[in-house]
Amino acid sequence: MDVTVQEASTRTLSYSEAIREAMVLAMETDPTVILMGEDIGVYGGAFQVTLDLVDRFGPERVMDTPISELGGAGVAVGAALTGLKPIFEFQFSDFATLAMEQIVNQAAKLRYMLGGEASVPVVFRMPAGSGTGAAAQHSQSLEAWFGHVPGLKVIQPSTPEDAKGMLLAALADPDPVLVFEHKLLYKMKGEVPAGHYTTPIGKAAIRRAGSDLTIVAASIMVHRAIEAAEQLVTEGVSAEVIDLRSIRPIDHETILASVRKTGRLLIVYEGVKSYGIGAEISAMVAESDAFDFLDAPILRLGGAEAPIPYNPDLERAAVPQVDSILAAARRLANREV
Amino acid sequence: MSMTDNRPFAIRTYSPAQLKQALKRMYLIRRFEEGAEQSYMRGLIHGTMHLSIGQEASAVASCIELTDADKITSTHRGHGHCIAKGADVARMFAEFFGKETGYCHGRGGSMHIADVQTGNLGANGIVGGGLPIAVGAALSAKRLGREDVTLCFFGDGANNEGAFHEALNMAAIWKLPVVFICENNRYGMSTSVERSTAVRRISDRAAAYSMPGTTVDGNDFSAVAEAVHHAIARARAGDGPSLVENLTYRWRGHSKSDRNRYRTKEEIEEWMGRDPIVRFQAELVAHGILDEAEASAIADAAVSDVEQGIEFARGSAAPAIGEVTRYVYAEA
Ligand SMILES: Cc1ncc(C[n+]2csc(CCOP(=O)(O)OP(=O)(O)O)c2C)c(N)n1
Repeated sequence: MDVTVQEASTRTLSYSEAIREAMVLAMETDPTVILMGEDIGVYGGAFQVTLDLVDRFGPERVMDTPISELGGAGVAVGAALTGLKPIFEFQFSDFATLAMEQIVNQAAKLRYMLGGEASVPVVFRMPAGSGTGAAAQHSQSLEAWFGHVPGLKVIQPSTPEDAKGMLLAALADPDPVLVFEHKLLYKMKGEVPAGHYTTPIGKAAIRRAGSDLTIVAASIMVHRAIEAAEQLVTEGVSAEVIDLRSIRPIDHETILASVRKTGRLLIVYEGVKSYGIGAEISAMVAESDAFDFLDAPILRLGGAEAPIPYNPDLERAAVPQVDSILAAARRLANREV
Repeated sequence: MSMTDNRPFAIRTYSPAQLKQALKRMYLIRRFEEGAEQSYMRGLIHGTMHLSIGQEASAVASCIELTDADKITSTHRGHGHCIAKGADVARMFAEFFGKETGYCHGRGGSMHIADVQTGNLGANGIVGGGLPIAVGAALSAKRLGREDVTLCFFGDGANNEGAFHEALNMAAIWKLPVVFICENNRYGMSTSVERSTAVRRISDRAAAYSMPGTTVDGNDFSAVAEAVHHAIARARAGDGPSLVENLTYRWRGHSKSDRNRYRTKEEIEEWMGRDPIVRFQAELVAHGILDEAEASAIADAAVSDVEQGIEFARGSAAPAIGEVTRYVYAEA
């Protein structure tokens, strides 16, 4: 499926406005789309993403749930199984841990267990990531956990344009989709096409072409990687930056093609480094023919092996920043086999 | 206690020293919260915070009988509980400021404040997260033959989490020494109890778990103290858990990002008129426990403790960046 932009005109919107616009479009055109979540009505959601939607669509379609993540997510799964298309918002992706059972044991497996006779078109919206000083229980990057589960789709849009297009794609998808939205991106502005369009799930984007090394990143790390790449140009190093956009399914081909071209691979992600997205991509490259093109060992730059700390300097040190990406890229660029 | 003594429960039951300390702690909570709010607005601390201004009686009256051996579990709105349990405001401020001298060495912050030495097992960023933990603490006391009880604070919003129901059931079947204290301040973030909870009184839910449930005016120090006193006595006697619901109100928004669109100014003002500190102080004066001059000395002492606490926090050192993974595991 290609990116189809039906109306050419674009406007500048913030990431959260883009998400809201996708929800409005979907709700206007499809009466089965409903929103569920804690304080998404008059409060507008913990990050104000659903602001004013209750005024527009009423409390029957913009449903405040009690603080009951397991129950709420499960109700969304049941509704999706039987004709509605719920978008369930977790206030923080961290609280999906309370709903793990319904997401992992039910939503992910129902189609399979029922031999393809049923479908669960539910969308879970997940504000994720660190940088807000909210500490260990409100700052995690748990996308890799869900990436491990067959039956789920897991996306991490990094721009307002993708946030809208990928949410619309998620709504059109017959399977459960988890959308990880980085909290620090909500206020980020960008050009967003008007009208209905979808950005395909499972397709990475090359954000910056380069020839000396490949940086694969996701979510907010894409922006940090681009900043690092721009700095590298002044040092005579040309880095290609790939925005994963989707971690399940993952776009093997775009990554492998880039590695064949550059011969060096750095993977940058905010989640804890071990057992994460970096391990998956490294192994995938090592198992492929692209391995023969590598001029240096693959490098992973992930989050510290610790919960996210409260102190702002520790918090910054716990996840990749532009300077740490830069340092890793320099090491990789200068490294001989 | 004689038959003719119809003074409020707290006045009859506790010593003047205990009552004065309770008043001081209520003032400390109020001033602490204001200090935290101002520090945040001046950009001295980052993140968010949930202030418990207006709920001081619930925290302090619930904890008045506890010793350091007794435990509490707390919530995201946990500063008041921490002070009520006897924590030092300087080390609490140090935690907010993210300093190594803070109770959690700068790793926890407002939402994870704890003071294990005084039996505070911690605030919690997860609504309902503390409920099963409190039951576990009570299990330890029972199995290890200790006398201590655990007080488990949670909000009205938390009573809809699965953890609430699972925790109450286990506490009841095993007759554990735990007191569940619901601070019903009428809202879980923006969602009122009426919109979130099927029963009219949260204490009604106690019946489903075969334990006593009572609802009291949470801004009336003595009413809270009395209800919790009976629940603690029952727990210490080996008769199992109780549920106490304190009806109270938070004057401030849910957190720093609250636009307060779900409640009216009139409602907030009405509750501000039921200030639990003013009420408790007036009661102490009326019963001759202290005079106005002593009361203002107690209030002033709280102000200077908080000022000194902020100074201590500002002057303390931050954790070393290289120690970002310290405290993840026990050190060899
Ligand atoms: C599991 C979980 N879900 C949601 C939240 C977000 N949240 C934090 S506090 C809160 C409201 C809690 O209300 P209540 O239990 O009544 O306590 P109060 O804030 O009124 O003291 C919510 C929804 C959270 N921290 N944890």
